[in-house]
Amino acid sequence: MHPITTVHYLALSAALLLIGTVGVLTRRNIVIILMSIELILNAVNINLIAFSHALRSVDGQIFAIFVITDAVAEAAVGLGILIALFRNKETVQADEVDLLKW
Amino acid sequence: MVIDAVSFYLFALMVLGGGILTITRRNAVHSAISLIVSLLGVAGLYLLQGAEFLFAVQIVLYVGGIMLLFLFVIMLVNLDMAAKERQFNHQWLVALVAVALVGAQTGYFLIRGQGAFRIADAGGIAPPSALGNTEILADALFSKYLLPFELVSVLLLVAVVGSVVMAKKRI
Repeated sequence: MHPITTVHYLALSAALLLIGTVGVLTRRNIVIILMSIELILNAVNINLIAFSHALRSVDGQIFAIFVITDAVAEAAVGLGILIALFRNKETVQADEVDLLKW
Repeated sequence: MVIDAVSFYLFALMVLGGGILTITRRNAVHSAISLIVSLLGVAGLYLLQGAEFLFAVQIVLYVGGIMLLFLFVIMLVNLDMAAKERQFNHQWLVALVAVALVGAQTGYFLIRGQGAFRIADAGGIAPPSALGNTEILADALFSKYLLPFELVSVLLLVAVVGSVVMAKKRI
């Protein structure tokens, strides 16, 4: 069995990023789009921690903390927007919100 | 070393399986639970790489905080109707092709560029130090990264005010 290297972590992180991107681009339900964004941010964090480990530097972990804080802020505001949207338009489907569409 | 590899593949399976289930489930609660599995897998990967503080933060903040917020909103917003409708939008095929292209590029880059990442092969365990992971993180966070740390607190304040303004009926 091969030892686990940084490349393994990078491949895993890339795969998770692609899964999250597919979720953002193809789902209609806004709640699940927000969950996919969390997946993308976690992929970024795996990458940061992998390089922090490889370079034996703590900087990557600090940046991961900042990314987690951003994810929290984004989830709070995003879900607030979702509640406001549901109150006004009675829908959670992203493609039914097309007021600005030509 | 073998136990490292086994746990890596176990956590990778949790992360990817949970992620795929998250974006394919019809019921949003099932999606949220799959996302919890995925986030726990990521926490395990942090532990494998010696980031103990982030392991704890991931579980407390993501699994305990953000997922609770998601579940609250799922209960608050009526999703029964949405579960019966079409789950994917019209451009799903284009999106899949585009993502597959990006995946092929990334995979090609990782396979060809493997040699550039050899830094980690030496053993992977940082030289033992008197300080634990949390102490080292705190030292860096409150000295070198003090300004970004304070800016993040402003960001959190803005997010708190913003989410209250968004979700409140009448201010």
